[in-house]
Amino acid sequence: MVRFENVGLRYGLGPEILRDLSFMIPAHSFQFLTGPSGAGKTSLLKLLFLSLRPTRGLVNLFGRDVSLLGKDEIADLRKRIGIVLQDFRLLDHMTTYENVALPFRVMGREESSYRREVIDLLKWVGLGERMDALPPILSGGEKQRAAIARAVISRPHLLLADEPTGNVDPTLGRRLLRLFIELNKSGTAVVIATHDITLMDQYEARRLVLHQGRLHIYE
Amino acid sequence: MKHGGWCCIRDGCISMSRADEHGPLVDLGYERPQLPPQARNMSPIVPRASIAGRALVAVVAIMTFLASMTTGTVLLVSASAAEWQSDVSSEITVQVRPAAGRDLDRDTQAVADVMRRQAGIIEVRPFTKEESAKLLEPWLGTGISFDELPVPRVIVAQVQPGTVLDLAALRSRVTQVTPTASVDDHRAWIERMRSMTGATVLAGIGILVLVIIATIISVSFATRGAMAANRPIVEVLHFVGAGDRYIANRFLRHFLRLGLEGGLIGGGAAMLVFGFSESITGWFSGTPVGDQFAALLGTFSLRPSGYLALAAQAVLIAAITAWASRRTLFATLDDIE
Repeated sequence: MVRFENVGLRYGLGPEILRDLSFMIPAHSFQFLTGPSGAGKTSLLKLLFLSLRPTRGLVNLFGRDVSLLGKDEIADLRKRIGIVLQDFRLLDHMTTYENVALPFRVMGREESSYRREVIDLLKWVGLGERMDALPPILSGGEKQRAAIARAVISRPHLLLADEPTGNVDPTLGRRLLRLFIELNKSGTAVVIATHDITLMDQYEARRLVLHQGRLHIYE
Repeated sequence: MKHGGWCCIRDGCISMSRADEHGPLVDLGYERPQLPPQARNMSPIVPRASIAGRALVAVVAIMTFLASMTTGTVLLVSASAAEWQSDVSSEITVQVRPAAGRDLDRDTQAVADVMRRQAGIIEVRPFTKEESAKLLEPWLGTGISFDELPVPRVIVAQVQPGTVLDLAALRSRVTQVTPTASVDDHRAWIERMRSMTGATVLAGIGILVLVIIATIISVSFATRGAMAANRPIVEVLHFVGAGDRYIANRFLRHFLRLGLEGGLIGGGAAMLVFGFSESITGWFSGTPVGDQFAALLGTFSLRPSGYLALAAQAVLIAAITAWASRRTLFATLDDIE
């Protein structure tokens, strides 16, 4: 599904922050991406999400060489990827319901066709009572759950999550991890970037460890 | 239980379906509300308030008003000039100057006879001595004996519309009977009129081009501002897989509406000005300025086709607003990942 070959990344003329990354993310796989702060986890997620282009090397996503993709093709590929970022990126003028339903709206689906699904997911992540609330009045944990719900609602083929349990209590953290595991069982490849050792210890999965710009894989 | 298209969380168990199976992601089982939820009024993806709409509407309205006034004035000048030209070009004036040893009345009569015999001339009117004096009255005043002055006599001939006269032959025949007569077909004057009209139309087109350029620049700035203000929205839309075309269309609707609003206000105001201008010029009739104005531009009223042109122009400016916005949108979207 994802293949990196000797990938390097630098910002501008600065030092290379990711070096010689070569790995694969198979379909239906589950992995934690971890490493110290500043190791480049978020940059690697952005490479996976096609927000950044590598400075060198080959990135192959869903069988496509990303260096050859046009903007429309990138948009099409992104429809198959869900992403949860650390800063949530919810739209402040839209309710929680509308934020979570946004991927369906962009796909051009009728509201009636996804209403039930969105409401059920919101209830499941504990936001059933906050459906009509605007993000500015949500707590950090609620925003995080809304962002996760938005990323998983369209059941993507690849889910990328950057510290998805960073702002929630351990109980809800476990609940969200279960959501990711079930999503993975239904066929989605999952990459969770986290510092949370407790979270990683709850589920036996492959670990990708970034250290000083290089990647070490523990199967 | 339906399999493959849903999941449940009863007793802590959850299961899910694949994305392309279109079932619910999470089934709440007995927790599910029994009544179907109501359809929701969805917020616009790009909030209208986030676009500096009023300023842009004002700019487009002012630009449309200026463009409409320019176009309307150009149409009026062209129509009046065309009318003048057709009046003048169907007229020939012959001037018979007095000369020592010649009888001016007889010469005038002889020239008038020659003119009447000319094919294509439908009416010949020699001005009498009194009529000639009347023509000079504004300059020389009344009570002057014109017998002592060498005042030339004027003969005005009407040419059948569409007829091309052989002026050289006519001149030759006229000067044979009266060497002091000269024939004027007003060609030089018409040429001057034509170049004046052409200059007016050119100036109008120049002003229109400037107005359109200014509109495009204003709209581009407004679009860039709107895109900068809504950058987080654009980024999120990219995250959820929206293409540039989808995002641009969300913005474009706003700009098209703003352009139409501005065009309607500016174009409507200009039409009102032209609509009321006839009565406004009526207030000044009898004054020297009003009379000169009326002589130059007639009644200062636009024809129905002129109003149609103004309406079409307002729509054109709205379309230009949308086009300029679209162009800027795609250029800006290229910079946002």
